[in-house]
Amino acid sequence: MLTALALLVGLLAALGAAAVPLARAANGGRLLHGATALAGFLLAAGGVVGLLGGPATLDLPFGPPWGPMRLALDALSSWFLLPVGLSVGCAGLFALGGAYGPVPARDLLPWPIFVAGMVLTLLAADGFTLLLGFEAMSLASWALVARDGAGAENQRAARIYLGFAGLGGLCLMLGFGLLAGGAGDVAFAALRDDPPEGARAAAVLALLLAGAGSKAGLAPLHVWLPLAHPAAPTHVSAAMSGAMTKVALYVIARFIFDLMGPAQPFWMGTPLIALGAATAVIGALRAALEEDSKVLLACSTIENVGLIAVGLGLALAFRGADLPALAALAGGAALLHALNHAVFKTLLFLVAGEVLHGALSRRLDRLGGLIHRMPVTAWAALIGAAAAASLPPLSGFASEWLLLQALLTAWRVGDIAFQMGVAAATTLAALAAALAAAAMVRFWGLVFLGRPRTPRAAGAEESTGAARIALLVPAGLTLLLGLFPGPVLDLAEPALRLVSGTAAPRAGWFAIGAGDGGARYWPVPVALLVAAAVGLAVWLVRRRAPAGVQRGPAWDCGFIAAPPHFPFGDPAGQPSAAGFAQPLRRMLGQGLLAAHETVTMPGPGETRAAVLRSGFADPALETLEGPLPRWREAAAARAERLRALSIRQCLGLTFGAVVLMLALLAWIGAR
Amino acid sequence: MRFGQLSYDLSHLLGGAVLLLSFVLLYQRRIGAVINAFATQGTLLAMAAAWAAYAQGTPGLYLTALLALAVKGVLIPLALHRLVRELNLHRTVETALGVGPSMIAGVALVGLCILVTLPATEGARLLSRETLALAMSVVLLGMLMMITRRNAISQVVGLLSLENGLILAAVGVAGMPLVVELSTAALVLMIALVAGVFAFQIRERFDTLDTGSLEEHRGEQR
Amino acid sequence: MAAVWSVLSQLLHVALALAAAPLLTGVVRWLKARMMGRRGPHPLQPLRDILKLLRKRPVLAENASAVSLAAPYLAAGAAVAAIALVPSFARGMALAPLSDLILIAGLLALGRVAMALAGMDVGSPFGGLGASREMSFAALAEPALVMAVLTLAILAGTTNLDAIGGSFRDGGLGLRVSLGLALVALLAVAIAENARIPVDNPSTHLELTMVHEAMILESSGRHLALWEYAAQLRLLLWLGLLATVFLPLGQAPAGSAPHLWIVGLGAWAVKIGGLALGLAAFESAIAKMRVFRVPEFLGAALLLGLLGAVLLFVSTGLA
Repeated sequence: MLTALALLVGLLAALGAAAVPLARAANGGRLLHGATALAGFLLAAGGVVGLLGGPATLDLPFGPPWGPMRLALDALSSWFLLPVGLSVGCAGLFALGGAYGPVPARDLLPWPIFVAGMVLTLLAADGFTLLLGFEAMSLASWALVARDGAGAENQRAARIYLGFAGLGGLCLMLGFGLLAGGAGDVAFAALRDDPPEGARAAAVLALLLAGAGSKAGLAPLHVWLPLAHPAAPTHVSAAMSGAMTKVALYVIARFIFDLMGPAQPFWMGTPLIALGAATAVIGALRAALEEDSKVLLACSTIENVGLIAVGLGLALAFRGADLPALAALAGGAALLHALNHAVFKTLLFLVAGEVLHGALSRRLDRLGGLIHRMPVTAWAALIGAAAAASLPPLSGFASEWLLLQALLTAWRVGDIAFQMGVAAATTLAALAAALAAAAMVRFWGLVFLGRPRTPRAAGAEESTGAARIALLVPAGLTLLLGLFPGPVLDLAEPALRLVSGTAAPRAGWFAIGAGDGGARYWPVPVALLVAAAVGLAVWLVRRRAPAGVQRGPAWDCGFIAAPPHFPFGDPAGQPSAAGFAQPLRRMLGQGLLAAHETVTMPGPGETRAAVLRSGFADPALETLEGPLPRWREAAAARAERLRALSIRQCLGLTFGAVVLMLALLAWIGAR
Repeated sequence: MRFGQLSYDLSHLLGGAVLLLSFVLLYQRRIGAVINAFATQGTLLAMAAAWAAYAQGTPGLYLTALLALAVKGVLIPLALHRLVRELNLHRTVETALGVGPSMIAGVALVGLCILVTLPATEGARLLSRETLALAMSVVLLGMLMMITRRNAISQVVGLLSLENGLILAAVGVAGMPLVVELSTAALVLMIALVAGVFAFQIRERFDTLDTGSLEEHRGEQR
Repeated sequence: MAAVWSVLSQLLHVALALAAAPLLTGVVRWLKARMMGRRGPHPLQPLRDILKLLRKRPVLAENASAVSLAAPYLAAGAAVAAIALVPSFARGMALAPLSDLILIAGLLALGRVAMALAGMDVGSPFGGLGASREMSFAALAEPALVMAVLTLAILAGTTNLDAIGGSFRDGGLGLRVSLGLALVALLAVAIAENARIPVDNPSTHLELTMVHEAMILESSGRHLALWEYAAQLRLLLWLGLLATVFLPLGQAPAGSAPHLWIVGLGAWAVKIGGLALGLAAFESAIAKMRVFRVPEFLGAALLLGLLGAVLLFVSTGLA
């Protein structure tokens, strides 16, 4: 199996190379996207086979000067092939539906390379190969983000993304270096034999969180994500949110559960839990406030990444506290949510792309009423949005239910400070889930319900063919994953064994449970119960009520009737994106996102209108673009001043440095 | 003593209720409601003391209970209400820090207290350890109230509730000598404080109870 | 035999809940009217209203989509499904393994989302305003609920409501501060979820302050009847939930024969009646708060729930 997957990576890379001649052909774009879509589904199939079969390793006949490139397929990498494959497959299908005529080569070339990079990262069995894949993934996706050179926003996004990608790669490289220690062998097998301890382990974790965490979107290094993910073409956005964040999470999981050895203390999990909870809240809150559909979805990705990180951190803590059953529970929650999120977020991004294609806008304030013009897209989007809002019986609810169960049992780790911290993290996770529901209602309601806000939205059309299938496949998968999380968890059992260190309990067909004696969630019976209750309501109402409805003009709530040149009514008479966000902006935005509202009233006698301005800014981005460059400037100015020192001052400086070094030496010697 | 035994349960519940009232004090913004909450806290403290007197078999604590009930549950609240009426402060609503942040700070303080108290009291009785954590939280919440309020009366109430926390600690730890004497002395001090000197003098000089206006007279620029 | 009894008790429970929900709302209204010195409508008036509404043909806006048609049924169905999971007179009903508190919260969220989307369907300002406020307040109410669930789950070892009720009844858990704090948090959430005073006023159409009514302003006929009925079911659900967790006395144990149900039925009627009386008294005594004070109210509930959990760690860590 591994050989086939390695060949697939090679073929994808070759496809990238072939993009230049393909771009000239009339059907070249379709061919390339079709091939990538096929590769995506094959990858997912490969993941399933890898989970059912045993682990495998493969040494490639080429590589860096010091040895061959090593590949391996174990349960963890097999599991992460599933979200990556499904996301890439659907995204490729969507791109296939949208590609007509010749496409510029620079739009085509990076896409297969991007996919190949992700798969190579998953299959890597030594540090060099992993970094190679990781960097290929980063650079190819950067090329796709930067492709639209015209827009200043895109350029800014690409610049910031490149900066973060460089930082991430550097941190990972340092992490591997620190992990390898003096031996310098970065093969995973060698790294496993010499697990870090104490301060070295903590340093590796910090580098990992900066390196892979920034790629996944963990706060406070999440700021590039809402800029870069939406800037790329739709299918790339979908794969970046659905697949690339999962690859970054895989790297985190690979480090903390495998390479850093099984004997880490439980507090190693706390940074992940704390950062994850903070990330989830900030992402969900931003998703509830953003006014651009793709930015909103990217922020929702941040939220879900945060929740998955909480699950991973809990699993690590439980394993450190010698509670393997609970570690399997938390790990299962994280792995299942990674898969569920990959599927529904791919679906939602593709929906946003379809809406952009049909109604020519991403801004919520320019859409509306699309359920009438784009019904298939609307209902598919509703499934995705309901899953993202974690409503039963859809997929998001199943995995967040598991995560909440893991959080609710975290008090079994006996340390009281940990218990309090996890209680606070539980609050934040629940807050994030509820905020995500608000964000998704706002997204779906403003885009698909109401009246069209622009003529473009009124004349929207939806595509058929491959693009429609690309929406229906993840929508169907979301339903299936929601109804049958048990078999999926059973499939993940080998990966969970790797995470928790012992055999994970079987979940069974119809229920997932929180360990022995704990609560259980039965998705199919719950769906049947709700269906029966709805059926009961329909039947009872049908018996007494007259059939049919009467139609009348919508009540305008006392607004002045729209003038005739507004055939779709007055846009100001509908809730706007900013208006819908107002309660949350006031409740939480002021504290967390520096949200502000100012009213400018005209003086008496003036004829201009009163103006209400509102907005918010992510403090992390403010820091990045505000003080950091200022500090750099200040440091440069300070250094500049050193040149003007007199010789006596220079000598004094040197002398001071020597004395300082001596003191340091003495201190180290004394210890 | 453990859960399920009445003597433990009641002390635990009363201590927790005193702490809950501290949070109510933080949450309330109207002065009248703040005073009522304080009166309830005083009454609960009196009940806690009375129950401790019964459970520990120290009749002296009944005196503490009686004093707490009479002075904190009835007299001081009545006096404060009267003050509010006379100064015409019925509808005053003011905080320096918002309700949300001060509540979050309050919960964080409770967490801190627990983290500090539990290791420090290793080996003590179960109830005393828990009561100490609760009492210390009440003390810190009283301080928090004093620094987050701008109104002199709210600050006085914060100080009084801080003192409630001290008495709760003294009452909860069995075998503590001089509890009665201490609580009586503290009460006298409190009454002297509340006797209006504070509030009336500010009122006379500055025509407001906002302690912020005192700062202009410190001789230094803010 | 026990299996038969469990199915029978489940069916009886659902039928009882469906019948009792409008009556409960009517009783609360009647009690409130009596407390305010009015005679008040007959307690069966809500049921009569629903029957009257059912006979009327609904009027929909021209641009209303299928969401307006389907959402009332979904919301009512979610409410029925949720109330089927909350034990009333007996434990161990057929659906008891499903009665997970987080699932019940999820079903309530399902109904809430259906209502918010129905409010946004036509694109009228009030619908959007109500939906926005409802979802925002729920963003604080849900974590508060989860915090209360955390306390209950630590004490009972599970989030299954049936099992929690059982262990609280038999377990001798004692009086605990944490339970008190969880109760306070749950009461606040219940008030917010049911749009009662002081969060929302269930009996007005005063535009500037309303939340719940704003979303269903456009509904009429059978749709309005379903919305009203779902709201009544939710009220009964919350009172039943509080009664099961905090007043478990009198419930027939799992697998018991029908003669014990009679005691359970009586106890249930007394508990729900008492809670209705308390609700009416509370609503008569208190004024509605400003809309933007609601987040503070719910935030305080959330923090008290968290405090309850933290204090529980202390006592479990010590014992």
